[in-house]
Amino acid sequence: MTGILLFLGIIAGLVIWVFGMYNGLVRLRNAVKNAWSQIDVQLKRRHDLIPNLVETVKGYAAHEKDTLERVIAARNFAVTASGPAEAGKAEGALTGALKSLFAVAEAYPDLKANQNFLALQEELTSTENRIAFSRQAYNDAVMQYNNKTEMVPTNIIAGMFNFKPSEFFEIEIPEERQTPKVSF
Amino acid sequence: MWEIARSNKRKSVIFVFLMALLLVLMGGVFGEHFAQSAETGLLVAFVIWVILSIIAYFQGRNVFLAVSGAHKIRKEDHPRLFNIVEEMTIASLLPAIPEIYIIDDPAPNAFAVGRKPDSAAVAVTSGLLNTLNRDELQGVIAHEIGHIINRDTLFMSMLGVMLGSIVILSEIARRSLFFGGGRRRTRTSSSGGGQIQVILMIAGLVLMLLAPILARLIYLAASRKREYLADASAAIFTRLPEGLASALEKISVSPIRLRKINQVTAPMYTINPLQNMKLAEDSLFSTHPSTLNRVRILRSMAGGSGYDAYDAAFRAVTGQTRAIIPPSALKTAHATVPSRSRRSDPKSDPGTDQTKQAPSAMGMAGAVLTAAVLMDAAAEPVTPAAKVRETTDAIWKSRGYRFIPCPCGAALKVPPDYRRTDIVCLRCGRKHPAASAS
Repeated sequence: MTGILLFLGIIAGLVIWVFGMYNGLVRLRNAVKNAWSQIDVQLKRRHDLIPNLVETVKGYAAHEKDTLERVIAARNFAVTASGPAEAGKAEGALTGALKSLFAVAEAYPDLKANQNFLALQEELTSTENRIAFSRQAYNDAVMQYNNKTEMVPTNIIAGMFNFKPSEFFEIEIPEERQTPKVSF
Repeated sequence: MWEIARSNKRKSVIFVFLMALLLVLMGGVFGEHFAQSAETGLLVAFVIWVILSIIAYFQGRNVFLAVSGAHKIRKEDHPRLFNIVEEMTIASLLPAIPEIYIIDDPAPNAFAVGRKPDSAAVAVTSGLLNTLNRDELQGVIAHEIGHIINRDTLFMSMLGVMLGSIVILSEIARRSLFFGGGRRRTRTSSSGGGQIQVILMIAGLVLMLLAPILARLIYLAASRKREYLADASAAIFTRLPEGLASALEKISVSPIRLRKINQVTAPMYTINPLQNMKLAEDSLFSTHPSTLNRVRILRSMAGGSGYDAYDAAFRAVTGQTRAIIPPSALKTAHATVPSRSRRSDPKSDPGTDQTKQAPSAMGMAGAVLTAAVLMDAAAEPVTPAAKVRETTDAIWKSRGYRFIPCPCGAALKVPPDYRRTDIVCLRCGRKHPAASAS
């Protein structure tokens, strides 16, 4: 009698354990999804801000046409990109274009003093930060999830219920790849 | 992140248990002493505790904000502060953006309140906004959000309630001894207790006098530990320990003291507003670890911004062998993360060595986890005067004042209770309709 009870107890314990592992995987996968949607929100926010910025800069620095066009082109490319890998590349290009735009703005004191421009610059700086921070949070979530799907014993459950590892989100910025130069 | 909260909870149980034990002991002795029955005393202690708990649970946040003179702001009042709080909300995966309050006080400081992560509030002083740059402000906000995520705000208010109950009980005891002492003495003599009674009476008296001090020590010990943890969390959220380190340095050298502050509210601030900041050692009576140590630890986080780096730096700086970060947290994804380099313009901030920090961000196989240094342009007012104006405007707006920009360059501030239909500019005499204010 006790033997049967003990056996049933062990079975029940095992089932609860498997449930726990499964639920843990689901929770982590949802965290990854949630973090990704957060990146999406911030990327869209940046896309929405750019036409405004370009209009403001045009008023003061109309003959910087090349830079402005490059920003618009990069923005339009980024809007159509889909999936972490492609979006990463497009957003990297957009970031580069924006950087050169702000570098150009340095040469126009009137533009730099413009309230509208300052407000837009703060919004864009914050958006860049948010993208960086949501990317950071997304990648942390992906790492946690991927670790779980690959490690024993959760990898067995992950294999059984088709939990696939997620992609990391990397922004391609050429300067970031270079080793920093230190000059003395 | 939640591992920390969980591990904190286990440790908190010890502190809460000690505090509760003290409260029960206090109640028992109190009852025995004044009503000859420990049960009555326990009941009194319990009732006081329940009442304070109810107030703290439902109104604690608002009471605290009101006591410190904080006013809520909206996004248009101070966009930069708002953006920074939102950035840190994203980095910390907090479920909701905390409400933001400004305190009109020249002393730079900040605190967080709220019993749940989804209904928390962060308050900063105007002095803080005037003194710090964007990276530093980000560090301070990250530290406060760290307190919210680690559930320190809830825990400290729980301990605070028990401390308050003990203080009240001790106060009642002291007063009744003073005024009702005579009646008590006659009762003792009629019951004829003798020697043991006297000894018990003295022991009870000593306890009643010592309990509040003991309770405060427990409270402070709990508070100190949490500051290190919040610093570690801030490093992880921002991936830039230097931001908070330099903010702490600036706050601690500020000679201005907070105006509205008391013993119970002090532990909630980023830096203890009541103490001499230069103290190098952790004392038994301090709410916060020494600022010097905190800055040193943050600055010596060589291997990145993760918990392991903070833990190693903590041991190196304090010379202690025990870990400050719960071991369970060292196993998570947050354990090892590289730092990023400073974003702000180095010209506006002399004394920071950029080349020193850059390799740590690049060196590790951390392309995946490094937050990018995306934009060099620091979007903040260039001159200190512009920064101060931005802050004062935010304070006016938080109190319901509306603004009318006059063509002469002045900005008219219209009080919320302004009744007349138009308003005259004091500088140039132009008339503006009061309704045009925004």
